[in-house]
Amino acid sequence: MIGTLNTVLQGVMLGGLYALFAAGLSLIFGIMRLVNLAHGDLIVLAAFVVLGLMHALGLDPFLATLVAMPVLAAFGYALQHLLLNRTLGRDILPPLLVTFGLSIIIQNGLLETFSADSQRLKAGAIEVASVELVPGLAVGVIQLVTLASAVGVILGLNLLFYRTELGRAFRATSDDPEIAQLMGIDNRHIFALAMAVAMAVIAVSALYLGMRANFDPTIGPARLIYAFEAVIIGGLGSFWGTLAGGVIIGVAQTVGAAINPEWQVLAGHLAFLAVLVLRPRGLFPRGSE
Amino acid sequence: MDLRDLGAPELDWRRTAGGALADRARKVLGSVGVRPLAPDAVSSRRHRGEGADPIGRYRIEVATPRSRLFAVAGACLLAVLLALPAFGSRNLINELIFVFTMLALAQYWNLLAGYAGLVSVGQQAFVGLGGYLLFALTIHQGLDPLVAILTAGAITAVLAVPTALVVFRLRGAYFAIGTWVVAEVFRLVLAQFKGLGGGTGTSLPPSVTNEVAGIAWVKALFGVSTSAARDIITYWAALALAAGTVLLVYLILRSRYGLALAAIRDSERAAESVGVDNFKTKLKVYIAAAAGTGLVGALIYLQKARISPDAAFSVADWTANVIFIVVIGGIGTIEGPIVGVLVFYVLQTNLAHWGTWYLILIGAFAIAIMLLAPRGIWGYLAERHGLALFPVRRRLIANAPDGRRGAPTPSQRAEPGSWAGEEISVSVWGGFRL
Repeated sequence: MIGTLNTVLQGVMLGGLYALFAAGLSLIFGIMRLVNLAHGDLIVLAAFVVLGLMHALGLDPFLATLVAMPVLAAFGYALQHLLLNRTLGRDILPPLLVTFGLSIIIQNGLLETFSADSQRLKAGAIEVASVELVPGLAVGVIQLVTLASAVGVILGLNLLFYRTELGRAFRATSDDPEIAQLMGIDNRHIFALAMAVAMAVIAVSALYLGMRANFDPTIGPARLIYAFEAVIIGGLGSFWGTLAGGVIIGVAQTVGAAINPEWQVLAGHLAFLAVLVLRPRGLFPRGSE
Repeated sequence: MDLRDLGAPELDWRRTAGGALADRARKVLGSVGVRPLAPDAVSSRRHRGEGADPIGRYRIEVATPRSRLFAVAGACLLAVLLALPAFGSRNLINELIFVFTMLALAQYWNLLAGYAGLVSVGQQAFVGLGGYLLFALTIHQGLDPLVAILTAGAITAVLAVPTALVVFRLRGAYFAIGTWVVAEVFRLVLAQFKGLGGGTGTSLPPSVTNEVAGIAWVKALFGVSTSAARDIITYWAALALAAGTVLLVYLILRSRYGLALAAIRDSERAAESVGVDNFKTKLKVYIAAAAGTGLVGALIYLQKARISPDAAFSVADWTANVIFIVVIGGIGTIEGPIVGVLVFYVLQTNLAHWGTWYLILIGAFAIAIMLLAPRGIWGYLAERHGLALFPVRRRLIANAPDGRRGAPTPSQRAEPGSWAGEEISVSVWGGFRL
């Protein structure tokens, strides 16, 4: 009994990480209908940036992430402004292929710079600390902090979207880019700001990716797929749905792994396909699209 | 869909005022025996685009003088390639097997993405399935490898049906990632089959690879070793598959399905409104592409003779490279993948030893093409010089005033696309954005 409960609890914690991956993807798609195939590779890139800052400045992972966030946000703004804005339009092919090319460039650029060795963001004592919820059922502090951060990020994104002027501009551009432009909004600037926010979220997800497990330059695409599955399960355009989607993938993976270690990833994919067949618009669809 | 799809004359119509435009459209349509929006009124003979309206002012043609010349040259090239094992080196044979199989994969991906608007990044699912089916059918069922390849293609087509029903629930870019998830599922499931080597993979035993049908005949004919004879048979199979694929895609595009596909590509809503069944058309294309990709996958793994889940379902090898070939060459054209595979082959043989830098270059090259010349190398050349080696566009050609078949005027030759009688109505009314 405790064993099953523990498995599910671990899955929920893992789901927090996937929700963090998915939040950035969901944000970008929601505002500019851009599906970023390089999303997973950007997360890995951010993890390497945090690692580099830790070594260069002698910081611990959390502080290094705080420093990395504005840097990565600026990078995101430039990336959107200089490259991705040019691909937006009625045709879905240019953004897909350009981000696919970007994914290949990032992966191989990281391989060239950091080699294929596995890396880890070492955080010291917190890595092994755990909290005993009830006797016999303990969770790692890092896992708890990951889930709390996911909830915090999604709360923050909701506040940004529904309580600020920038959020209003985001929503207006998402609803009707042409009318938004008539109202004096510079779409290209808004899109670039959205990518900057997404990159800041990516920095947070990279922190937990790197602290919880080893990473190397080639693991990006798998993270993209988990993020994507969480977004679709949750329903397009709903941040809280994304959290639920992440938790479902996480629980499916830990339950699958408990049955047979080789089934971990497969179980997550099958849960996604099941939701797709039964509820094609996701569990918490929003609006009429 | 825009007016350009109709062909030559309306390039001029565009400059006329709206009312005159409609008038002239009706006149031209009438002159080739078409009543707008009445597709049934046109005989299906006009699909072939030959000899419509013999006494009128316009006729419809598909072939161009250049394309007829090319057809002859193409047939000669095919004959030379067929006879190549008699004088080509074994190394050349093996390189050409690679070129032909990549060309066939690129044609199927182009059919999906360039024509049906189904941008898949999960075609490695069918390459891997084809390869694994070949291994299962030869090792465990004792089929001849060539029979096994055909069977693998058929089984892949059957497996594509439930796959399609799942991934077709996603649209656009989400469809792309959905196909990727499905490919991952196939990879993870096949890694569970211990009889096929599980996660580490397995090899074809010599008893299978040395008993391909016709191997003794080829050995006697060219006086070569068993393994060289196997390569030659694989080479012929790859040549047949590549040439057959190009021909198949060409025939599809010249048929009613091709017109339906072009309509879907240009505007799904407009296509639906003129009676194209989008779902069925896409489903058929998806299944055909899956079957073809499965065949190619089986052939690739007959030559490799060793398979593992990670290699057989590799997104980099079977999808990224294929997308690169199509985009560089020119998406949405038959010639594009042919140009693309040649560029890819030259780049790979000369630069692959750069390792990661080579891949970075490939990625950057693809991005640059997409931003600067989205129609690829062939699209760029075709637009500038009006080239079409595999013409699929129906062109309205004005006859000389005295009724004889006159040479088309330059403006009429510069058309990017044109349609057979019954589809003219589609294009014209689509062009009006009704």
